[in-house]
Amino acid sequence: MKKYLLIISAALVFVLGCKKDADFLQTDPSNILTDETVWKSESLVLSVLADLYNRYVDQQTITNWVEYTNFDEAFPSQASEYWRVQQIDYPYDWWNLWDYGQMRDLNLFIQKCTAATALSEEARTRFLGEARFLRAALYFEEVKRMGGVPLITEPMTYDFSGDPTYLQHARAKESEIYDFVIAEMDTIKTMLPDDPATQSRATKGVALAMQARAALYAASIARYGAGTPSVATAGGEVGIPADKAEGYYQKALTAAQEIINGGKYSLYQKKAEDLQDNFAATFYDKSNNPEVIFAQDFKLKSGKVQGWTIANQPWSSAEEQQGGRVNPSLNLAEQFEKLDNTYAPFATNSGSDYIYYEHPGDIFAGRDARLGGTIMLPGSKFKGKDLDIWAGIMYWNNGAYSIISGDTYGEIGNIPGGPTGVQIVGTDGPIDGKEYSAQTGFLVRKFMDPTIGSGQLGTQSEVWWVRYRYAEVLLNAAEAAFELNQPAVAAGYMNTVRSRAGLTTPLTAADITFDRIVHERKVELAFEGHELFDNKRWRLAHKVWNGESISASEVISNIGKADKINTQIYGLWPYKIYNPGSANDGKYVFKVVKSANVTAAHRFNLGNYYSSISADILSNNPKLVKNPNQ
Amino acid sequence: MKIMFRRKYITGLLIALTAFACKKDNYDEPKTTFKGSITYQGEAINVASLAVYFELWEPGWGKSGAIAVQIQQDGSFSSLLFNGNYKLIIPAGQGPFRSVTNNATNNDTIPLNLTGSTTMNIEVMPYYMIRNQQIAKSGTTAAASFKLEQIITGANGRSIENVYLYLNQTTIVDQSNYKVRTALAGSSITDLNNVAMSVDIPASMSSVGTTGAQNYAYARIGVKIAGVEDLLYSTVVKIDL
Repeated sequence: MKKYLLIISAALVFVLGCKKDADFLQTDPSNILTDETVWKSESLVLSVLADLYNRYVDQQTITNWVEYTNFDEAFPSQASEYWRVQQIDYPYDWWNLWDYGQMRDLNLFIQKCTAATALSEEARTRFLGEARFLRAALYFEEVKRMGGVPLITEPMTYDFSGDPTYLQHARAKESEIYDFVIAEMDTIKTMLPDDPATQSRATKGVALAMQARAALYAASIARYGAGTPSVATAGGEVGIPADKAEGYYQKALTAAQEIINGGKYSLYQKKAEDLQDNFAATFYDKSNNPEVIFAQDFKLKSGKVQGWTIANQPWSSAEEQQGGRVNPSLNLAEQFEKLDNTYAPFATNSGSDYIYYEHPGDIFAGRDARLGGTIMLPGSKFKGKDLDIWAGIMYWNNGAYSIISGDTYGEIGNIPGGPTGVQIVGTDGPIDGKEYSAQTGFLVRKFMDPTIGSGQLGTQSEVWWVRYRYAEVLLNAAEAAFELNQPAVAAGYMNTVRSRAGLTTPLTAADITFDRIVHERKVELAFEGHELFDNKRWRLAHKVWNGESISASEVISNIGKADKINTQIYGLWPYKIYNPGSANDGKYVFKVVKSANVTAAHRFNLGNYYSSISADILSNNPKLVKNPNQ
Repeated sequence: MKIMFRRKYITGLLIALTAFACKKDNYDEPKTTFKGSITYQGEAINVASLAVYFELWEPGWGKSGAIAVQIQQDGSFSSLLFNGNYKLIIPAGQGPFRSVTNNATNNDTIPLNLTGSTTMNIEVMPYYMIRNQQIAKSGTTAAASFKLEQIITGANGRSIENVYLYLNQTTIVDQSNYKVRTALAGSSITDLNNVAMSVDIPASMSSVGTTGAQNYAYARIGVKIAGVEDLLYSTVVKIDL
């Protein structure tokens, strides 16, 4: 019996034990997918595409709060970031981008997708359209920051011959990159679905919106670049001839009007009863939002969440021991108009005395609803809780006011000659030099998530980052129309945007000026990543950030002027009055202040208009020319 | 006793390790000083601090990258380098001046052969020079008088956009570092040979300030030339308040 078992086992070993030599070490990997597998399955291709979407480049974005605090829109209320308001010059390599690794991945995707016959024609067309959209978006981002870059539309491969010169390409003209983006959008808009409910993937809507934006950028560089002739290179890698402006503006207007007249998108007006809430909800309401054209989406409990609310939540309702980082400046807040379309600083003084307000929010009454929709103001609420923003107590002492204030959030102290054990500073600050307090007297509201838990590290937020929305399309159309000498058309689009913000007195054609166009974008699109690039394309950056200090009286003058100097951040601090027996007891007064940490005045040099190309890249490719003035 | 011995032993070992563990770096540090000034006919051109630089390129290495040398506000520079053959370039758009064509290279590149510490002035063509500058306290103001000599004329000549008179409490004075200033538009200057302007000395200047009761201040003239980013400055003058 044993013998038989032995023979059978031995036979089995011989039969099953050996493979063909060729197969011996051939095992399919279990942790990577091969090209062959991927390009047969629509869901796998979508996963590859999702990675490419995820690498979309933004400059200012809600997942990188600190980028908002480099200019004049906001103060960084975190001790490790104060240097941003203490450095004068912007380094020439800031905002540089030379991502040909990502460009190659996009080109590879396009090449392989074109050849993927196993996919259905419909799916393949859409995938291709999306990848070409993302590639154009990356080229658009490159040209915004670097000027003309080498235009590579095929994946390049090194042949290991020892001679890489055939891989070295010269920079295209700045206008050629814009032309490429504009032309790509014309092609792919028919490849993509025309569906306003698709907001986190490319659609015809976003293709047109990007086309309008790109054409507008090119147009304004052509027109306003004439004022800075030294920001140009001989080969046109930087700078666009002025005679091209008209054509680009026309293209921008046509593209924007195609969206507007298509009627698929509209301004968000679900909360018409409170226009401030309505404007705030435009950014956090993700259900049937008719305004959002293209956004980076997030989802709770999926691992893809964002911490904007954690970074910026007011201390009074904070769900973690942090928040309050992005503090919008007075420079920005005062830009929001009064309801009669006039500019005015906030009324702090009347003659030599303060103006006394019953409630801290009263000073902001009668203004553009976008003020309260963009910025959390003293006297407003977040997550149903009252904000507690006031800088201290001013008490009457021998015929003048003295100030008492604290060093921590909501400190309890004694008023000299008055009650003891009372709160002497707001829970949310402002306390100068105290991180996470509202050091300008303001906190940011745009993109803040009112959901409970959004301020917890373990939960975070699924509010999306809006990259393209309908209001910007309207403003792009207005700007293009204005530059094409159609002020009445421009006024129409501007008024649509403004009436949603409660500015119901329409602007007339005669009211539309360059200053108006610049101002409208500033207030409508604050904290949406336009600040730097708008100032660059209008060639205003070296004028508004000219390195000169500004005084408190200069801050509150020239409001609404496009070239108003904005080198230093100021704040507006409320104080509570303690003066028993006086009619003003318990009221609030306001002071224009500059944080002690704001020591430098920002200077944007001509060399900052186009970021420097690193020495490494320049020496790898001798065909590249440097950007000017560096 | 035993513990004592051990401690001694360990201490000795540590000292030995410290003394013998590290070798000197492979390379000596750069020792050659290259210094001088940016000049016009031997006279230093004053600029803003940290605003102007030139580049040194040393060809022959695998990858090329420039060494940037900052020019100080009095127009001088100083850099520690290795000996070698360098090319000196003032990038276009730097400074209130234009580069001069070099005889050896027939362009604006200046060949520089460093074989030991070298002092060399770099000649440039400024758009203007500030001459006969006098700044003094007069009552509650600081008054300046000077002459603006136009050096580059003709097609490359530039007009003056603004002239500024700055006051600061530290010796660094320029368009980003000042307490008070006055501006005089270029269009309102009638005689370039005789320009006068003054700035009010603020009452706070001598009482507050970073050093408490500071009874002196620094004054300087800055000239903004149309289409040129960097300003031309005068020397810094200390005035007693």
